[in-house]
Amino acid sequence: MENKDKISRRDFLARIAKAGISAAAVCSTAKLLYESDVQKMFSATPPLTGFRDYSVPAVAGKTISIVSGADRTQTVRKAVELLGGIDRFVKPGETVLLKPNIGFARPARIGATSHPDIIAEITKLCYEQAKARKIYITDNPINDPASCFELSGIAAAAAKSGAEIILPRTNLFRSVSLKGAKLIQNWPVLYEPLAKVDKVIGIAAVKDHARSGASMTMKNWYGLLGGARNNFHQDINTIIVELTMLVKPSFVILDGTETMVSNGPTGGSASDLKRTDTMIAGCDQIAVDAFGATLLDLTPASLPYLQRAEQLNLGTTDYQSLKPVYAKIEGAI
Amino acid sequence: MKITTARRISQIFFFTLFIWLCVVTTLGAKFTQLSGWLVNIFLHLDPLAALATVFSTHRLYAPLVWSVLIIVLTIVIGRFFCGFICPFGALHQFISYLAHKNKTTKQLVELHKYRKGQNIKYYILIAFLVIAALPGLQNIQTGLLDPIPLFTRTVNILLLPIIDNPVNVLSATDRLYKTAPLVLSVFLIFILLNFVLPRFFCQFICPLGALFGILNRTSIWRINRNSKCTDCKLCNKNCQGSCQPSETVKLSECLLCFNCLDDCKFDAIDFNTASSNAVQSEPDLSRRGVLAAAFTGLLAMPAFKLIASPNSDGIIRPPGALNEKEFAKRCIKCGQCMRLCPTNVIQPSGIENGLTNLWTPTMNNRTGSSGCQLDCVACGYICPTAAIRPMTLAEKLGKGNFADKGPVKIGTACFDRAKCLPWAFNIPCIVCQENCPVSPKAIYTRLVYANVIDATIKVKSINRDTIYLDDGTLSPNRFATGDYYCLITSGLQNIRRKIVSNSSDAITISGENIIDAVRPGSVQIQIELQQPYVDPQKCIGCGICQHECPVSGSGAVIVTALGQTREK
Repeated sequence: MENKDKISRRDFLARIAKAGISAAAVCSTAKLLYESDVQKMFSATPPLTGFRDYSVPAVAGKTISIVSGADRTQTVRKAVELLGGIDRFVKPGETVLLKPNIGFARPARIGATSHPDIIAEITKLCYEQAKARKIYITDNPINDPASCFELSGIAAAAAKSGAEIILPRTNLFRSVSLKGAKLIQNWPVLYEPLAKVDKVIGIAAVKDHARSGASMTMKNWYGLLGGARNNFHQDINTIIVELTMLVKPSFVILDGTETMVSNGPTGGSASDLKRTDTMIAGCDQIAVDAFGATLLDLTPASLPYLQRAEQLNLGTTDYQSLKPVYAKIEGAI
Repeated sequence: MKITTARRISQIFFFTLFIWLCVVTTLGAKFTQLSGWLVNIFLHLDPLAALATVFSTHRLYAPLVWSVLIIVLTIVIGRFFCGFICPFGALHQFISYLAHKNKTTKQLVELHKYRKGQNIKYYILIAFLVIAALPGLQNIQTGLLDPIPLFTRTVNILLLPIIDNPVNVLSATDRLYKTAPLVLSVFLIFILLNFVLPRFFCQFICPLGALFGILNRTSIWRINRNSKCTDCKLCNKNCQGSCQPSETVKLSECLLCFNCLDDCKFDAIDFNTASSNAVQSEPDLSRRGVLAAAFTGLLAMPAFKLIASPNSDGIIRPPGALNEKEFAKRCIKCGQCMRLCPTNVIQPSGIENGLTNLWTPTMNNRTGSSGCQLDCVACGYICPTAAIRPMTLAEKLGKGNFADKGPVKIGTACFDRAKCLPWAFNIPCIVCQENCPVSPKAIYTRLVYANVIDATIKVKSINRDTIYLDDGTLSPNRFATGDYYCLITSGLQNIRRKIVSNSSDAITISGENIIDAVRPGSVQIQIELQQPYVDPQKCIGCGICQHECPVSGSGAVIVTALGQTREK
């Protein structure tokens, strides 16, 4: 009986060992995690500082091209050709991200979104002429992303031409603090799709925009922002300038085939669109947008974000100084 | 193959099918999306959904005709739906199996004996049907407990988001449903009740089961005992409906699980055309109980009217929702519209809109991606009972044949000027105007120049486009955002010039040589504001303005039910 109540020496030692190890584990974990400085409790991991530079070496006289014509497929092909061809920008085996403006779940004819013909043609050029390995398309739209890609016709264009759509899934955003920026600090940015490619091409249409004056290629990068990005509207010119600092694309395409002259950037009726039959491609976003402004009967001087971007040497609003290459595609569609 | 094995295969098949159909209720043309799957088939096979809407509307909505198949089969062969098809029943059976698998035979026999309380489900059914049928009330509440809408809702707004939100496979953005916790508690309670008694929900609560229990009294084949019985009671051991096959079988409770056939060691259980004396074909209902249930339903009418008026009373519903009176006759709270809505704007109501509206679809523009998407009519096509009626895009937008009717109006946006940034705080914004999808826009702006409160500035001198200040206290580039102006008074003339940049003691303005004549004095800094207004004639109440408004809380532009088409 007595022996039953008493613990054996072996059991006792084993128990001490187990208790000792557990207690030591707790203590050492506490030591490891101990933080005496309350400020350090809140300092987040340093966020990313932006994207790498996707631009290619400048070639004099091939910085901006302006092609007039009604058929987007033809004009965009010509515009890229005049910049030196797609192979100037995209090397064989490279991956390319197209960033169109697909903000709204509306059909292409409304003109609120980048036209699928442009997507199809650029994808084709990248694959066939530049021998690119893979083309991706992404945007963080305002409406439901899947609906936007579908209704705008861009999903169909992508499927047909072999480009892959990257929906702006929550886990593709990273916190970015852009150097020298006031607004893009610790802000969620659609980071992963850009981080994984070699080249980035921005594609936008010329649209009226009551707050900023005009929505073109610089404003198009708004679609890379996540979070409560509507807060940036209170300082719209600053955010557009910062977006231009954030993304240094390989080149941009500005579609002025039909310019949205009223009710932008959503539009909605045929009367909001005016035929201007112009396609612009360029390596200098500011110059491209400065020309685009003229399609809306605006002067570059009237758009503060253009002026401020120029002051920061992000580009020039004097597109004429870049000696644009002009061409004309005859015939209607 | 044993019939119980066939039953299990059938249950697994229909459960999997049910979950799959919930998964593919995602807008899109891929195989894993809507693309043509009969995603409403379980709801349309549901006789209670059909019967309740027939009671309230006196019509059988076309796709609900599928339920006739189940009704006829139940009349002929009994409650096979409960035993072989019902996905919610299958889930309960599986949980019950886990909960009680270590019990002894004696305990199991005790667990599965018939209990008088199983009547409750009939009284629930009667109360629901009275509520549905009563003139003046005609309100469908069956969806609260009808297992098919209940489970559909649970999967749609609770289980799928829980699984999908961390990985974003079904939806690129997280799906949020504000009353999901209540759905969770109901679901958990019914799941946990299986630990008290097996298939508790099916035996005590399920109004659909009760309906089957009333319908199966003339079923041609029944479970019954023959003379080989040794009265060992083993047949009760796994009886899913607790219909006590060891005694006179209570036919109304028999779920056709066929476990008794399996468990009987003496071949004493038959499934045959037994005489009506061998079984009890009517449920154990007392006249008093039935009257009490009917009376409860009757009293529900004045009770509900205390807390929910029969008109819309400010509830904002998806486009195509019928007027509130007709809507209440049809909505079974299944959550299909909330699941399919691409923007997640359709939200299950809480009790803030009245008890009767719990889990019915309302619009919460502050959730989801962007209010009601203009070119979308998905909710009307998914609604299994046409509480939200199908409508073409042309009708929604008021185009083509509907041009003279104008667009369907969900409500009207109203500005809260005490919160709106340009109105209340002199901060430029108009995200609402930008996103207004109507053309011409229903939100328009008027330009005003507001004096910046601490910025009347003494001028030292003016040279071309630069104004030099008396003291150097400005923070550099404070006024360089492109929204600030200098108001320079020159004689009787006011000249307003945009500020390009400023240093601590100088302001650069746009344009040159325009103020040569101005003598030094003071200038007023102003901010250019576009103050937004709603044009109620054009506003369709889509709510994207409210969604995009940067003011936290409910936003400074709020969609109200004002002018909604459905009440016209």
